[in-house]
Amino acid sequence: MDPALNIVIVDENPVRAAILIDGLREAGYTRVTRIEETTNLLAHIYSLDPDVIVIDLENPSRDVLAQMFQVSRAVKRPIAMFVDQSDAAAIEAAVDAGVSAYIVDGLKKERIRGILDLCISRFNAFARLSGELERAQNALSERKVIDRAKGILMKAKNVSEADAYAMLRKTAMNENKKIAEVAQSVVTAAELLK
Amino acid sequence: MSSDSLRIGFIPLADAAALIVAADKGFAVKLGLSLDLVREVSWSNVRDKLNIGLFDAAHLLAPLAIASTLGIGHLKMPLLVPFVLGANGNAITVSPALHSALILAADGGDVTDPNVSARALARVVGERRKRGADPLTFGMTFPFSCHNYLLRFWMAAGGIDPDEEVRLVVLPPPYIADSLSSRQVDGFCVGAPWNSVAVELGIGHILHFGSDIFARAPEKVLAVRAAWSANRDDVLNRLVSALHQAAAFIDNPDNLAEVVALLAAPHRIGVAPEIIERTFRGSLRIAPGNSFRSDPNYILIGRQGAARPDPSDAAWLYAQMVRWNQAPLSADLLFAAKACFRPDLYDGALGAAAKSSAASAEHIGAFTGPWFDGDDVVGYLAALKMPVKNQ
Repeated sequence: MDPALNIVIVDENPVRAAILIDGLREAGYTRVTRIEETTNLLAHIYSLDPDVIVIDLENPSRDVLAQMFQVSRAVKRPIAMFVDQSDAAAIEAAVDAGVSAYIVDGLKKERIRGILDLCISRFNAFARLSGELERAQNALSERKVIDRAKGILMKAKNVSEADAYAMLRKTAMNENKKIAEVAQSVVTAAELLK
Repeated sequence: MSSDSLRIGFIPLADAAALIVAADKGFAVKLGLSLDLVREVSWSNVRDKLNIGLFDAAHLLAPLAIASTLGIGHLKMPLLVPFVLGANGNAITVSPALHSALILAADGGDVTDPNVSARALARVVGERRKRGADPLTFGMTFPFSCHNYLLRFWMAAGGIDPDEEVRLVVLPPPYIADSLSSRQVDGFCVGAPWNSVAVELGIGHILHFGSDIFARAPEKVLAVRAAWSANRDDVLNRLVSALHQAAAFIDNPDNLAEVVALLAAPHRIGVAPEIIERTFRGSLRIAPGNSFRSDPNYILIGRQGAARPDPSDAAWLYAQMVRWNQAPLSADLLFAAKACFRPDLYDGALGAAAKSSAASAEHIGAFTGPWFDGDDVVGYLAALKMPVKNQ
């Protein structure tokens, strides 16, 4: 671990960036900065003069970083991608997690191995969390639409809540659909017929 | 025939058309191939995922396939090109302000002539330097791209040193509109449909079609790892056949509406169908209002033998890398670059069909400068160093 390393995070997702920055600070890296803007990205990077750049793979700006490898007067010092041929496993783990890292040429790989490992685990944790959140939100909105459909059926058919639910379930089974999908059709139809 | 599944990365651009149509119109399935097309947001992602084997094949910038093969700018990963997905299709778009400045600087000349526009640009650049203004900034999509080489070739023809007198920056297509309207860039060179998108937004003028600068330049290729292809002749043959059939389908004007519908789908290119349709008609709105321009060679998907990889085109791309200091000049690198483009794989897959499409149209055909001879790259580069005649 090397607290003196200057780390720049390029991630448009504020939550994931925060998780990553927290992780790096907990691990003792004190010089961590996030760049939010996508415009003038290189100018921002040059002014921060980082040793390590971490960028998410969903970021189109990755191609902007490719420019740093070009011979140009604007570049203060050459930067090479962290992962080289000997690091096939590390590249795969990083790409799987959706993150990529670049380091200043000449920096020993061992010095930043911990940073990449940390990025990979935090990115994976974030993906798990957002997956769970999405599933929870879907479940919630499904329950809401099923409740609305039950209400519509109870009123239109003058049946109990249990019977309304049974009707939805039976139709779903017959049509090989999810109950929520049938419920959504009921709600849509009811709105059209209003 | 066995059914094989291939994961193929692509960037949402018009020249991914053959891949999209091969997958979505059923040409691949009929040949026992299931194509899983994965849309990506950056060329870096496509390259990395192809390199590590997450993709079996990829829609790739032609120069990037060569750079990977030579190990320039990134890891060395030998790639093969059995099929060229598209030639041309690019355009240079400038801000309305720069467009006006160029017309003024052309002093009555016709700025649709790249000779005239390049010299006009040189005057604008010189005038800005004199009054201490920031240099003009131009966007392109990747250092190893025809967009980069096209801009540089055009500027150099006007006597501009693109490394010293202007700023060339990588500009991902999703940021083009913002960058142009906020005047962070003064112009850009990018593939279809992004020039049209800028014109539709009323923030750009298409100054030149790419075909004004190079009559015919290889643009995107289908690339596979050389190691991957080693024991997959049969799969590769079927993939090339499916792409060939898709390209022929795309080229038939009767199919245009269907092709446009397939490409415009949100998970494919995902832009307005009208814009894609104009791209394939080669008829683009070039300025806000009712100003259109046509060129049947604006974009070539398979037509005129454009799909057949030509090692001479690979040599030309390598020569551009040498010219702009991306690669050293060496006989070995030139040899490796040429060997990356594999007409033998194309011919092997298509048999007799290959012959009919191999009609040798003029390649490259730059608007100015020396004739390119793939067997004399040194002579070509020396001729390019001759001073530009300023008028």
